Amino acid sequence: MTRSFLIRTPSLLIFIACLALFTIGVTLAAHYGLMSTSFVKTLGKTLCLCLAALAMDLIWGYAGILSLGHMAFFALGGYMIGMWLMYARTEEIVVASLLNSGLPATPEEIQQGIASQIFGVVGASDLPTIWSFAHSLPLQLALVVALPGLLALIFGWLAFRSRVTGVYLSILTQAMTLALALYLFQNDSGLRGNNGLSGLQNLPGLDAVSQDSISLWFFWASAAALALAYLTLSWIVSGKFGSVIRAIRDDEARVRFLGYSVEGYKLFVFTLTAIIVALAGALYYPQAGIINPAELAPIASIYLAVWVAIGGRGRLYGAVIGAAVVSLLSSWFTGGRAPSIPLGFMTINWVDWWQVLLGAAFVCVTLFAPKGIGGLFDYFTGLHTPDRKGAPLGPDQGSLQEKEAIE
Amino acid sequence: MRILLACLLALLFAAPLRAETAAEILSANAALVEKASRQTIAPVIDALGASGDPTAAQVLEAWGNKALGIRKSDGIFFLITANDGGYALTDLIGAPAGQAAKSDITELKPNAGVRGMIATALVQFTLSDPDALKRAAALESIAKDPKPEALAPLRAAITNESDAKLKAQKQRLERLLTLRFEPDSAARIKAIDSFGADLGLDLRAALNPLLATTKLAAAETPTTNIARELKPGRDLTEIEAYDLLVSANLAPARLTIEAARTALIANLVNGAVAGVPLADLNTQAARDRAYTALEAAGTVPQAATDDEAAAALKAHHFYDIYTEPDAAVTTAAASALQYIGHKVAAMQAADLALDGLSLASIYFLAAIGLAITFGVMGVINMAHGEFITMGAYTGYVVQLYVPNYTASILIALPLAFAVTFAVGVTMERLIIRHLYKRPLETLLATFGISIALQQILKNVFGTQARPLTSPAWLDGALNLNDVVSISYIRIAIFVLALLFLTFFLWLMKRTRLGLEVRAVTQNPTMAASMGINPDRINMLTFGLGSGIAGIAGVAIGLFAKVTSELGTDYIVQSFMTVVVGGVGNIWGALAGATMIGGLQKMIEFLNPSNTLAAQTYMILFIILFIQFRPRGIIALKGRAAGD
Repeated sequence: MTRSFLIRTPSLLIFIACLALFTIGVTLAAHYGLMSTSFVKTLGKTLCLCLAALAMDLIWGYAGILSLGHMAFFALGGYMIGMWLMYARTEEIVVASLLNSGLPATPEEIQQGIASQIFGVVGASDLPTIWSFAHSLPLQLALVVALPGLLALIFGWLAFRSRVTGVYLSILTQAMTLALALYLFQNDSGLRGNNGLSGLQNLPGLDAVSQDSISLWFFWASAAALALAYLTLSWIVSGKFGSVIRAIRDDEARVRFLGYSVEGYKLFVFTLTAIIVALAGALYYPQAGIINPAELAPIASIYLAVWVAIGGRGRLYGAVIGAAVVSLLSSWFTGGRAPSIPLGFMTINWVDWWQVLLGAAFVCVTLFAPKGIGGLFDYFTGLHTPDRKGAPLGPDQGSLQEKEAIE
Repeated sequence: MRILLACLLALLFAAPLRAETAAEILSANAALVEKASRQTIAPVIDALGASGDPTAAQVLEAWGNKALGIRKSDGIFFLITANDGGYALTDLIGAPAGQAAKSDITELKPNAGVRGMIATALVQFTLSDPDALKRAAALESIAKDPKPEALAPLRAAITNESDAKLKAQKQRLERLLTLRFEPDSAARIKAIDSFGADLGLDLRAALNPLLATTKLAAAETPTTNIARELKPGRDLTEIEAYDLLVSANLAPARLTIEAARTALIANLVNGAVAGVPLADLNTQAARDRAYTALEAAGTVPQAATDDEAAAALKAHHFYDIYTEPDAAVTTAAASALQYIGHKVAAMQAADLALDGLSLASIYFLAAIGLAITFGVMGVINMAHGEFITMGAYTGYVVQLYVPNYTASILIALPLAFAVTFAVGVTMERLIIRHLYKRPLETLLATFGISIALQQILKNVFGTQARPLTSPAWLDGALNLNDVVSISYIRIAIFVLALLFLTFFLWLMKRTRLGLEVRAVTQNPTMAASMGINPDRINMLTFGLGSGIAGIAGVAIGLFAKVTSELGTDYIVQSFMTVVVGGVGNIWGALAGATMIGGLQKMIEFLNPSNTLAAQTYMILFIILFIQFRPRGIIALKGRAAGD
């Protein structure tokens, strides 16, 4: 404990420096027109996904809880900010259209106009109760944190106090995500059913500012959020708290017998990561422009775990690298820019075959390279795995395998 | 009503006319018949109907079909058939009567109203037709479109009915018509009471119109048959109540926001409306003030403001009024319907239980493979859904080559088992056996396989749904009565689920393989030292679980759309089934499937508009359920539980 925080986490400075260089590089490239606005948006969205993966790494890589529901919090964060964006934007339009109607508009008329604009598609014309705060940015921002945080707190409390662990917890979180998605798919859920919220890329009051600038702002905000989260999480995992949650990952029973409140630690990590993921979602969806319940599909959360696994779990930079590499490769392959491979009897068209490649690659990583991409860094810095004769670090399902650990 | 009276009159006066033949009746009324109109022709048609002459039916039918004519020279009626030279004549008794030129014959062309009366009169002949099929068809046509006129001929046709089944049908239909159209109220009530708690839809269709109501607004209590008084705000919204007042001309129309706007804009003078400055008109209260001022000045029409509307509502009463004027009949009908309602509710509960059971068998089929791999081996197989899909696609491919549906399904079932068994064993050998004791890694690795398999299936079979057609003998449904019914395909799936349960129990309890599987499950090391090869057992168990998923796929594909995402729809429910039921026990999977299937149907019943909401609530319930029984309904105890 005598060594300073920075010395204990040597990767932190390198990571921040790389991120800063990357941000400056993208800014310059965008400034001189070398990079399209849509690509800047893609990069900004990727940074948000990296942020989500970072949180996923804390809960899975460090605390050993394989949550398959964190993308639900991501989407919830997006929905919360999306409500304000849509409301404020619609309000502008409604007020502008009422200006020419002869009489100054009453508040009821404005409210009615907004409601019928937003909910016309689902056949309703009243603003549901859950939109009560949508007029105010600060309140809605508070909800971005509060709602997913509260949901995670309640769900985590219920799950952890009844000692649901391992795959059971994974299945349960997956069920939670599915329940939420199915709920949001209904037209009377108050969030426009499967239409979702759209037009989120238009910031209210900023009509004069071009999308080029807005995309850069969001890119900077995403980069700053990622840097800040990385800093915070590095600090959290480098201290005593980090040791306790790693111990919980490897051998929960022993930690409990040592007198730690295992459930309390788990609940804290679960809620904290839910909030981080929700913030990432709140930054992501204004760049994506649209959000609908399909974003909550259980498969999205499993992808989050896949990114962390491919990057290498139990190391924060691994999660960031995994998310960046997989999501960028994914958009390259599915964007139709990857060259097709003619095989004579058939042609491998990557738009159709990328999922197969990803699945196969992921199976190979799980089987042969549990460290994922992070293993390369260990190889170059000369770090070795401990010799435990094939035994994992602990008896729990989430414990690190021998091949994943660093001596 | 007039027609009804005419019928009755005809019945009364029918007796003295009985001696006449159809020909005599027609010639006696020739002028009427020739210029037949709806108002005047009724006695003639009734006389024909009541004549007892066996040819009357033919004559009437011919008249209705414009095949009756009058010879101009002597005014005699003939059945006519158009041919090259004019008309072939047949006299009314049925004997050929030669040929006539077109100009010699006046063809009778009854209008639509008269044809309708003829058709009604014909009903009694068809009801007594020697051909039982025709009688049944006539009954059906009356039942489909019940009319008061049909009552008398129907009653007349009951006593001579020889077929017992048709007689019962006639009597039932007679009572149904009686309770609706009989003028005598006591007879109607007797008819209503005679049914008791009959579940027939026809009875409810006959009773419900008796209880049809209309809403009425009035200042005093009306003298009509009142169903109940309505309180604004409780039974109907105040807006609806006020609309009733407006439509009954008891109150002026309410001032809508739109109308107020238009009126205000129209009266905008020098930047102010009735003294209220334009800029101030940005609240509803200010607009109301301005409008009232305009009203006072007389520039706009009177329109009710909220206060006036409330006062008008208070001054009036609102009622549901029966369209049926007879109070005794409506009371009897209401109590009969209530009685029926109780019985229908009980039957619906039975129907719901059947629905739940069939959904449970589907979940059981989908989950049984998982119960084996997850329950017995502790391996989470996220690719289980894709095995189900593969089974369904196997069925589709078999049907491409075997056109006979019965044969193709019989081939597809074992073939699907073989295909998914092979894929499952390959997967176990290549991947899963390296990940035993690492369930979370297994989960993720099998997820990788799942997305790869799903995409491959999509690439091979395309994204559109493929047909998997069930044999014709599985079409249709078994109807126990008008409420309870179950489709044959669901019965087949239920039977299939039972078969699998029996097969699985037999396999585990009565075979060498089952013994070894149980041994490896409990203690692999000890099993190995007793000469069992755990590797081989694990491989076979996993293959078995996958194979059963394939068979489940064929069964599910018969009623669901076969797409590459078929299995994904069932995977979470399957996991839920296993988790809720309890791991490591086939009875657990059964209990879990029963609970989830029953619960889902129950929630759907309570909230019928929305299956999505039903699933949401069900998952929430499961999450809560896990709180109280974390190890499922049927939890293993002691050492077998593994910890």
